[in-house]
Amino acid sequence: MITREEFKTIAGNGIWKQNTSIAQILGLCPLLAVTTNAVNGIMLSLATILVMAISNLAVASLRNFIPHEIRIPVFILIVAALVTVVDLLFNANLHELYLVLGIFIPLIVTNCIVLARVEAFAAKNPPLQSTFDGIFMGVGMLWTLALLGAMREFIGNGTILGGIDMVIPSLQPIQVLPESYPGFLLALLPPGAFILLGCMIAWKNWMNARAAARAQAKPPAPVATAGCC
Amino acid sequence: MSTVKQFSATGMAIRTAAILFIFVIVFTGLLSGAYLWTKPAIEASAAEEKMKLADEVLPRSEYDNTLLADALTLPPTPELGLADPTTLYRARLGKQPVALVFEAVAPDGYAGKVRLIIAVRADGRVAGVRVTQHKETPGLGDYVEIKKDKNKARPWITQFNGMALATAVDRDWKVKKDGGSIDYYAGATVTPRAVGKAVLKAVKWAEANRDQLFAEGAAK
Repeated sequence: MITREEFKTIAGNGIWKQNTSIAQILGLCPLLAVTTNAVNGIMLSLATILVMAISNLAVASLRNFIPHEIRIPVFILIVAALVTVVDLLFNANLHELYLVLGIFIPLIVTNCIVLARVEAFAAKNPPLQSTFDGIFMGVGMLWTLALLGAMREFIGNGTILGGIDMVIPSLQPIQVLPESYPGFLLALLPPGAFILLGCMIAWKNWMNARAAARAQAKPPAPVATAGCC
Repeated sequence: MSTVKQFSATGMAIRTAAILFIFVIVFTGLLSGAYLWTKPAIEASAAEEKMKLADEVLPRSEYDNTLLADALTLPPTPELGLADPTTLYRARLGKQPVALVFEAVAPDGYAGKVRLIIAVRADGRVAGVRVTQHKETPGLGDYVEIKKDKNKARPWITQFNGMALATAVDRDWKVKKDGGSIDYYAGATVTPRAVGKAVLKAVKWAEANRDQLFAEGAAK
């Protein structure tokens, strides 16, 4: 079973300390491509939460049967097979939701976050803990992508919740800045995403440094390391 | 010594390979099971989606045949910008031709190809056009897609409705900037220009091939 302490550590790691987007810097390609508005970012993250919870659970349950030497191909096999099954089941049974989330699922299959968590956590921990790790890594990604998407569309278009009508047809995006706002294209293009993501990473490092300075005894927290993909 | 080691290494390799093999079999089985189990439902919703798209360009009340069944496979058609075979649907009312529903591609969008579905009535008028796929700049050129168009009362793409070769000369299908009659938003002229050009080509193609297309392998 899972203790309160463990749960807290897993949640804290996923949401802040080891945040996929601003601490581990993983999965940048979907991040850059998708976060042109907050709704897209949230949708991608929801699909990622689902995929990570399932793949972490599966790998953690099977971890004692997987020889160390071939763990990577087996992980890839498990993740790819399960994601495809989820994709098919979604398409068949929850078609309305699939139309909204479905386009993001293929984006996730190859996302290195999934494999990274399977390798770094699920391969060494029991199923319950691993499932929570998958969920909270996804939650960390959720708020980061939502914030990044919201900033990009606010600066780029002057709206918030753009694209909400794709998810909930009765709602419309809210125009915050006046209609005459000319827009700022850079924010909507990938370079703008890089710049804003850089600002967010700087903000996290600043918060970490401040917390470390307060704790005084400890040296500053390690800064974000470069990731892959 | 080394022979023993080698043997045990081989044994290990075989054991590992066997385990990998079992994993592959189990998960492939899982995949094919899921595929077979979900196939009918997925095909049904794909058909429904096609109908939804067809409904956008041609109201269902205007024809009485089973649209998806009255289909022709088009070979790659350069006039429509199509490099791959596509499917063309024929709408009929009491066996009389009503409209052709087919795909076209505008190859010269701002960010690559813009894929369209278009319905051309038997009298040559455009019944409707929709953009089905594009990579145009979000918030700038993407208003050609009806969902992204901010003008909900009169979306940009509906300008083509009712246009025909008989009443509009080639120039009319161009954007106003180029002397035509199609509106556009300043700063994003390339996309509407490409779409206008593709629609004109599609209408011309439909006009030239209409009789043959309706007759070919006609439904009983």
